[in-house]
Amino acid sequence: MANVISDETMGYVGILAKLELSEEEKQAAKKDMESMLDYIDKLNELDTSKVEPMSHVFPVKNVFREDVVENGDGGEATLANAPEKRDRAFVVPKTVDQ
Amino acid sequence: MKLLELTAVELGKKIKAGEVTVEEATRAALDAIKAKEEKVHSFVTIDEEGAMNRAKEVQKLIDDGTLTGPLAGVPVAIKDNLCTKGMLTTCSSKILYNFIPTYTAEAVLNLEKAGAVILGKTNMDEFAMGSTTETSAYGVTKNPWNTEHVPGGSSGGSCAAVAAEECFYALGSDTGGSIRQPSSFCGVTGIKPTYGTVSRYGLIAYGSSLDQIGPVAKDVTDCATILEAITSYDKKDSTSVKREDTDFTSALVDDVKGMKIGIPRDYLGEGLDPEVKTAILAAAKTLEEKGAIVEEFDLSLVEYAIPAYYVIAAAEASSNLARFDGVKYGYRTKEYEGLHNMYKKSRSEGFGPEVKRRIMLGSFVLSSGYYDAYYLKALRTKALIKQAFDKAFEKYDVILGPAAPTTAPKLGESLSDPLKMYLGDVYTVSVNLAGLPGISLPCGLDSKGLPIGLQLIGDCFKEKNIIRAAYAYEQTRTYQHSPIAQD
Repeated sequence: MANVISDETMGYVGILAKLELSEEEKQAAKKDMESMLDYIDKLNELDTSKVEPMSHVFPVKNVFREDVVENGDGGEATLANAPEKRDRAFVVPKTVDQ
Repeated sequence: MKLLELTAVELGKKIKAGEVTVEEATRAALDAIKAKEEKVHSFVTIDEEGAMNRAKEVQKLIDDGTLTGPLAGVPVAIKDNLCTKGMLTTCSSKILYNFIPTYTAEAVLNLEKAGAVILGKTNMDEFAMGSTTETSAYGVTKNPWNTEHVPGGSSGGSCAAVAAEECFYALGSDTGGSIRQPSSFCGVTGIKPTYGTVSRYGLIAYGSSLDQIGPVAKDVTDCATILEAITSYDKKDSTSVKREDTDFTSALVDDVKGMKIGIPRDYLGEGLDPEVKTAILAAAKTLEEKGAIVEEFDLSLVEYAIPAYYVIAAAEASSNLARFDGVKYGYRTKEYEGLHNMYKKSRSEGFGPEVKRRIMLGSFVLSSGYYDAYYLKALRTKALIKQAFDKAFEKYDVILGPAAPTTAPKLGESLSDPLKMYLGDVYTVSVNLAGLPGISLPCGLDSKGLPIGLQLIGDCFKEKNIIRAAYAYEQTRTYQHSPIAQD
């Protein structure tokens, strides 16, 4: 069955994806996503009711190590990439109102 | 003969014997790049000064006996999604247009320890999302066999650079076929190792459960040698596997007697170009004549690999690419109102259409209400695909098939229909889903003169089986240099 995605859903996905699409882009994305989902629906032909979801092919568990700093202070070099910086910190727009 | 015609291992031997200096080899590669880039455009960044300085340094280390390995002094090109300290790393995206990493990827570090000279960074599909290298924000790479055709992708720059003989070998990365498919299109050899074999530390992540770094070179000997050099257990990559059986060059043996090779019937059906099919079956025949036991079998589930792959890869991408927000590095939009607007505008202006498409799809399949139906369903399908391969490897040492259903399409033909482009990954994506090693190597040309790639797939940790089969097959052929290489 053909998938239909509402404008509300597209708006919601845009919020999750942190993307601001133009109206034209939004319509194109909607069309692309609908045809992708139609194709992905092929998976419903498979009975997977008795199959566990496999996120990794190997049984990878949490891998722990001691929390020891090994790479020293890379502060200056790291901040050199910042679009805006001040006093060894990244500058961002105000996030909390007074 | 031209220096750049040599394989990496051949050059390494000549350097060791004092017949060629590292500076000569590096200069020759830089000259080749200068002569060919206008036609091929394999590179995003060329580091002439850094490479020449490094060449001097490496020569000293060879002369004083510090560096003795087979790759000491051999110039290499690195895919632009691998971080290189102090050298621009863009992932072929506008959002990383000015990003200078503060550290080097572990795989590249391993190459440097082996004496590699880095020439520069190769073009790719933006964030490795694409099959043609046309989604790059920095121009299109052309196929050295015919510059009206794509080199494949996403490691198109690395494979084109090797085929055009602008470097002696390259590193690529493979999430759904991104080493094997462009290797096939460019007539070179590339390996995607078992998941966890090469550290992903410093690889800018696309689909973390699928991504692996691997070598691209002129032949199997080079690929085995390079893979041996970049393989390491790395505690900085929590999915890194402690392996012992990593002396891959020991498998360079011209003997396939008794080796059991299976050809999935499902890989030979609808959608496969008849010329590709003929070449693949001829390669299988050659291996049979050398003593391998070759038979066809039903792998099953092949048509479910692409939908499962695109759900999983898009989901992981939407999460991995959340870090590009205009705060710590890369592009930030000029005008904005508040933090969220800055995130949104920076990302919307910084990412290209294919990346946005996959982030949107990934965000959708992970959103509440759709997570079970799409994401978990894809992970369950992945488990079934893994089971199908497990069953096949109970019977066979190696699975043989095409790397791609066609040879390289023309530039501009693929992007208009994303779904059609995705279908080109049909023979490669399941290998990533199941974590298996795979190799693509040339097995002929089609009537248009474009290379055809043979794919050999092994069970997890059985790289040696595919290296042995590939090496034995390769002994029956001579390496064909691309027209651009011979210019």
